[in-house]
Amino acid sequence: MQRGTLDLWVGIFVMAGLGALVILALKVGNLGSFSAPETYTVYAEFENVGGLKARSPVRSAGVVVGRVNGIEFDTQTYKARVRLDLEMRYPFSKDTSASILTAGLLGEQYVGLETGAETEMLKNQDKIMLTQSAVVLEKLIGQFIYGKAGESGGSAEATPK
Amino acid sequence: MMFGRNALSLRGIGAHTIDALWRLGYATRFLGLTITHSGTSLRRPRLIIREIYYTGVLSLVIILVSGLFVGMVLGFQGYHTLQTYGSESALGVLVALSLVRELGPVVSALLFASRAGSAVTAEVGLMKATEQLAAMEMMAVDPIARVMAPRFWAGVISMPLLAAMFSAMGVFGGYLVGVVLIGVDQGTFWSQMQAAVDFREDVLNGVIKSCVFGVAISWIAVFEGYDAPPTAEGVSGATTRTVVTSSLAVLGLDFIMTAFMFQGV
Repeated sequence: MQRGTLDLWVGIFVMAGLGALVILALKVGNLGSFSAPETYTVYAEFENVGGLKARSPVRSAGVVVGRVNGIEFDTQTYKARVRLDLEMRYPFSKDTSASILTAGLLGEQYVGLETGAETEMLKNQDKIMLTQSAVVLEKLIGQFIYGKAGESGGSAEATPK
Repeated sequence: MMFGRNALSLRGIGAHTIDALWRLGYATRFLGLTITHSGTSLRRPRLIIREIYYTGVLSLVIILVSGLFVGMVLGFQGYHTLQTYGSESALGVLVALSLVRELGPVVSALLFASRAGSAVTAEVGLMKATEQLAAMEMMAVDPIARVMAPRFWAGVISMPLLAAMFSAMGVFGGYLVGVVLIGVDQGTFWSQMQAAVDFREDVLNGVIKSCVFGVAISWIAVFEGYDAPPTAEGVSGATTRTVVTSSLAVLGLDFIMTAFMFQGV
């Protein structure tokens, strides 16, 4: 049994195929960030999470510091309970505030963290007290229209045609 | 008269249905036989390697070139659509997800069926027509173990590798058009892609798809060749049936698997 050029080509073929898979995993997919640095978990309760989803980013000053791990509805408080996995190397103070923001006007939603002044840091399983819900565009538009209607109604009375 | 013709066509439908069922059962038994007779080719991997050369390596050029062009077209089309919403930065996501989830496995499977599947059917069918298979049996060489199984396994192994190369090449094509030609920002192109493409959810599901397509195409190709009537028309008809049946099987299986895999997404 001797080795032929055929074997070489098949070897190249298999290597190229596996290489393509590795490229897909590392360059295209997120396997590279799968061996993610250690995280600690904090909770935050929001009145309304809007379009926030699991695996949405958590940013502070625009830098991704963690990811949303899960969202569930709490029947005790009737609020949304969001689990945030933050990276170990980014400690936040105990009075950090969390708000749900939108990237761009209609872009994806993410959790924004703003650190406070307290010296004590958030620990694993802690809860973020200061939260701000997502802006619901429909509510905003509704308020705007309502305000406009009130305004024009008032002025119509003042200056009748 | 009218009644007679109706009865005749009704009988025709029945005969076709029974024939199709009979063939399906025969094909399933053939698949079982091929798998149980794979011992020889596993002990002599050179048999499989030879077939991987003919089905996989020789399909490389068409797969890579098509992948590149599909990716480049996706780059152009995606850019024009996304531009209207001002979200050109999502171009990488669009190109990568559509390739990894759908186009990579499906288009490469269709190409593989017409490039390699038809060749396998024609080869096996001609071996049968020229009584080479019968001659093998006379020499106590099992044609299923010696001819069918290596071709079947070569297809099963080659398909996922080809699909992965197709997807990788397509992403490169999308990068060429999106970043190099049009000028989408390189950083957002890759980072948004990496944020959106999940390894298990997207890449592995694509690999599973292409493995299933590999089994389906190889099975159909080898069976059609084995079952071909030993005439010139028989072999040509079997080759045509291989391409038609496996293309339809790929699209049908793709629908079923997509429905299962991306239920919650």
